[in-house]
Amino acid sequence: MRVSIEPRGEPSRWLRYGSPLIALGLTVVAATVLFSALGRNPLIALEVFFLRPVASLYGLSELAVKAAPLALCAIGLTIGFRGNVWNIGAEGQLTLGAICGGGVALAAAGHEGPWLIPLMVVAAGLGGMAWGAIPAFLKTRFNANEILTSLMLTYVAIQLLGYLVHGPWRDPEGFNFPQSRMFDDQALLPVLIEGTRLHAGVLLALIAVVAGWVLLQRTFIGFQIKVVGQAPFAASYAGYSRNRVVWLSFLVSGGLAGLAGLGEVAGPIGQLTPTISPGYGFAAIIVAFLGRLHAVGVLLASLLMALLYLGGESLQMNLNLPPAITGVFQGMLLFFVLAADVFIRYRIRFLASSARAPADV
Amino acid sequence: MSDYDTLIAILYATVRAGTPLVFAALGELVTEKAGVLNLGIEGMMLIGAVTGFAVTVVTGSPALGVLAAAVAGALASLLHGFLTLTLRTNQVATGLALTLFGTGLSAFVGLAYIGTPIRAMQAVAVPGLADLPLLGPALFRHYPLVYLSWALFAAVSVFLYRTRAGLILRAVGESPGAAHAIGYPVVGIRYLAVMFGGATSGLGGAYLSLAYTPQWAENMTAGRGWIALALVVFATWRPARVLLGAYLFGAITIIGLHVEARGIEIPSHLLAMLPYLATIVVLVVISRDATQIRLHAPGSLGKPFHPDD
Repeated sequence: MRVSIEPRGEPSRWLRYGSPLIALGLTVVAATVLFSALGRNPLIALEVFFLRPVASLYGLSELAVKAAPLALCAIGLTIGFRGNVWNIGAEGQLTLGAICGGGVALAAAGHEGPWLIPLMVVAAGLGGMAWGAIPAFLKTRFNANEILTSLMLTYVAIQLLGYLVHGPWRDPEGFNFPQSRMFDDQALLPVLIEGTRLHAGVLLALIAVVAGWVLLQRTFIGFQIKVVGQAPFAASYAGYSRNRVVWLSFLVSGGLAGLAGLGEVAGPIGQLTPTISPGYGFAAIIVAFLGRLHAVGVLLASLLMALLYLGGESLQMNLNLPPAITGVFQGMLLFFVLAADVFIRYRIRFLASSARAPADV
Repeated sequence: MSDYDTLIAILYATVRAGTPLVFAALGELVTEKAGVLNLGIEGMMLIGAVTGFAVTVVTGSPALGVLAAAVAGALASLLHGFLTLTLRTNQVATGLALTLFGTGLSAFVGLAYIGTPIRAMQAVAVPGLADLPLLGPALFRHYPLVYLSWALFAAVSVFLYRTRAGLILRAVGESPGAAHAIGYPVVGIRYLAVMFGGATSGLGGAYLSLAYTPQWAENMTAGRGWIALALVVFATWRPARVLLGAYLFGAITIIGLHVEARGIEIPSHLLAMLPYLATIVVLVVISRDATQIRLHAPGSLGKPFHPDD
């Protein structure tokens, strides 16, 4: 008896959409095992992790608040991943967006007007784009690996933010804490539902998802991105420019990540602090894959990933378990979805050990 | 401090700071020579760091800690191996998954050890050599793990270019189809190469948590796994250049301290950017010469191979 993994005649349509669900199921199984190993009743722990955080209107609004930056980053990454462009520096682009948008808010203190928030949005988008433009330039001009350059720039961005809030932008009346002044009210994104933290940045995320869907499914450039990603030779034969796809991917994903950063500092946080994201830019990589590199999928996956963050907090509050568990589940989820995806194109066959089964035609 | 003493201090600190990169990059070099790109180094280093620390705390033996870190790194790399080699998943995505998973898992496991003090690993002077002028204090009064990294360098260099097994491993990386046709177990050899890379990443992590800064802190590798990946490209897949590159980065990491010691004030956050900026610069310098990369990169790097396909 031997186990063999063989190509399917045709990719499985069912699994294409089913594999994220399988991955989620496997993650729940793993979570059950982990909770039991930690000496907690797994049923209660699962309820606390997956259900309790969203059992109220406030919980649902928090879900949207956390899903917004994830969706913004992931929709941009999706465009790149489709074209085989690996921007893994969304966290850095998010940070630059926060710095630029927040910088406008700090500079405008005392001169507010209705123009302020639009200006902050533009500054944040441009900041994220500029940070994304660096790996794009280095890739197209010098052939430098964009995975490494975009990631290195993330570390640079985080140090830059640290420098600003420890140095020139530190609140003079902040008891020496490394943080900027609080933004004025007019520099904060309006809250949509009274009594929650649901801010207008969530609408930006929804617009981005719709725009991403149109770009990927309904435009010629979306088609070109797909061809460049899946069939580079066909793409160059057809005259589609790989460099253009690299630039487009980085500018769009950088700009959207920048908006995500603004949504954090002008939303729930309200000032610049040394840490503005619990790794949204990295978690967005998982969201993009889990969402099948598709706009609608990304929306659903960002909600699920947001739930993992909320679940971690809920475990800490209710069962005194560390919220770091979220990171473990995130990593598992990506492993499981990558593994499950294999069976879209392959199937498992159990063969008698003596003879090789004939290949089916 | 005289200039002579300063020079010794800089050389000593350079080797100290470069050592985790030597471990991680030499392992990744072997993995890539077999044709597998593992972007999970950062995750495997973190798993190694936390495992080494935990085992040292529990058993009181740093040697056991180091051993456990290597085993943990190898086990973590098996995740990458199983997915990319057996299931044929995308190597880039799988490596990213390993880094994300390793970051999360190490943070979770390490919670119990934040702030736990351990006795730092003791430096050992090599008898005889330690008394040489300049070289003695700079090179031969280090932690045992530093000497282990040199032994590893020698072993990898000899293995890859002076042994039959090394030749087979390189053949698997250059042309897996041909290696398979002659009858070599391509997938099995790649598994071993991946596990070797995992084990050395684990050692690099243990060096950080047991010797370099003897404590556990979340994300304490601070991107060294990614710098190690860049180093392999920078070295155009040659061991001696990996060693040189690792110490170059070690020097860049510590240069800030010496600038500060001279009374020149630069904010620490800006100095901390240096290794990352330097990584970008060297990548650009090396990558602009596409022929160099093509000549030296393993032919099948990052491409899946399976005998049934």
